[in-house]
Amino acid sequence: MTSTTVSARTTPDPIPLPDAVPVRFTVNGKDVTLALRPWTTLLDCLRDHLKLTGTKKGCDHGQCGACTVMVDGRRIVSCLSLAVMNDGAQVTTIEGLAQNGELHALQQAFIDHDAFQCGYCTPGQICSAAGLIAEGRAKTADEIREAMSGNICRCAAYPNILAAIQQAMGAS
Amino acid sequence: MINFQYAKANDVGEAVRLIAADRGAKFIAGGTNLVDLMKDEVERPTRLIDISRLPLKRVEETAAGGLRIGALVPNSDLAWHPLVERRYPLLASAILSGASAQLRNMASTGGNLLQRTRCHYFYDTATPCNKRAPGSGCAAIGGLNRMHAILGASEACIATHPSDMCVALAALAASVHVTGPAGERTIAFADFHRLPGDSPERDTNLDLTEIVTAIELPAEGFASHYSYLKIRDRLSYAFALVSVAAALALDGETIQDARLALGGVAHKPWRDADAEAALRGARATTETFTQAAELILRGARGHGHNDFKIDLARRAIVRALTQAARGTPQSQSDKRIQ
Repeated sequence: MTSTTVSARTTPDPIPLPDAVPVRFTVNGKDVTLALRPWTTLLDCLRDHLKLTGTKKGCDHGQCGACTVMVDGRRIVSCLSLAVMNDGAQVTTIEGLAQNGELHALQQAFIDHDAFQCGYCTPGQICSAAGLIAEGRAKTADEIREAMSGNICRCAAYPNILAAIQQAMGAS
Repeated sequence: MINFQYAKANDVGEAVRLIAADRGAKFIAGGTNLVDLMKDEVERPTRLIDISRLPLKRVEETAAGGLRIGALVPNSDLAWHPLVERRYPLLASAILSGASAQLRNMASTGGNLLQRTRCHYFYDTATPCNKRAPGSGCAAIGGLNRMHAILGASEACIATHPSDMCVALAALAASVHVTGPAGERTIAFADFHRLPGDSPERDTNLDLTEIVTAIELPAEGFASHYSYLKIRDRLSYAFALVSVAAALALDGETIQDARLALGGVAHKPWRDADAEAALRGARATTETFTQAAELILRGARGHGHNDFKIDLARRAIVRALTQAARGTPQSQSDKRIQ
């Protein structure tokens, strides 16, 4: 590393530590009340404060989709959402999809179609697909591929992911 | 990310008062670009003013027959709004060609206008960048500049504006409603973004104390003859190398009115009055479209890696205008270009 690179990053931090901000939302139907520093992302809040580690941190820059959750019924990337901005929201994570001990149709379809290898992207893929189905827009294979393009699978299980989503769409 | 304070604004007046009182403050709405830039410490606001709860989420018809789009309408809601789909399908198509479904659910209309370039050097704080650190130089000139501008660039900056939505808004001659400490004003879309010149740190002509409240579309939406053609390195979820918003009003084979805007090629969505004038009154033929392409690209200049963009843009323009004339707009899910 060159000395210029180091000196460029040694600016002292001028901002005093702000007070924690109260935030209240529901996660998978349960009320949650927290006091968070404003820079805590929804992703870090779920994983580190609520110990819901099903939601994965991939790129942490909104490019891979591994952190996809549903907020008020819409799929978002939780790594680019500040937790304090979700006050009053209803958050659904992969842990909240199964009901009464029964897998969600998408979870079962992913198993049926072997729609993963390493599985790291899978919670995001399934939450994203749940959002896609709720939107009701994508119908054809091309449309599903396009609408799922925000979820990267480096094992390249895409054909099986597509087949799983098609199966779950037929079931829902 | 550096430490920052957080405040919520409950109305537009409060938002403007808060931003005017703190030079280190920034507004946050969808956050899809700002939070990312803050993680890389490209943006270092000392306070965020959360405007996401302001009542700016409506899409309304105007007395002039157009549409007024609240600045906080999410990109996905706008693309799927029945009035946009029916009367401004060019806008819907451009929005759906950009980002991912998750990001479109988060990103706001106003924030889309204010997103910053995706120039790699702008993001890399170990390199010079006049946009990030004025006066430090431009690492893209003479560097890896495949994604960079071929029109309107300067010696200080060759970055491009990354938005697809804005290319359609430029073609549709939208206007931007803003509110600041001195009151409200309206900015023509062509005057909203600016060229880099010797001050590339300024992307737009919006004052730091102003907030975007709405985008207004005029009545003419070119719904019968339009196409948004986006060329990129992969089929989806990538920024444009070149994109073309083409819109025609036809009387038989004669072009009554025409709009042509380019994305991915300049510091702002690129329109050219001479190119559009050459289309107006002419017959909708390949020769006419080629002439318009030559005109809009007449000042184009490559920087090495992006030289290919000039020819790519020429052919994409002809193709998009042909698609528009035929009434067969580019699909954003079936990626074959016909």
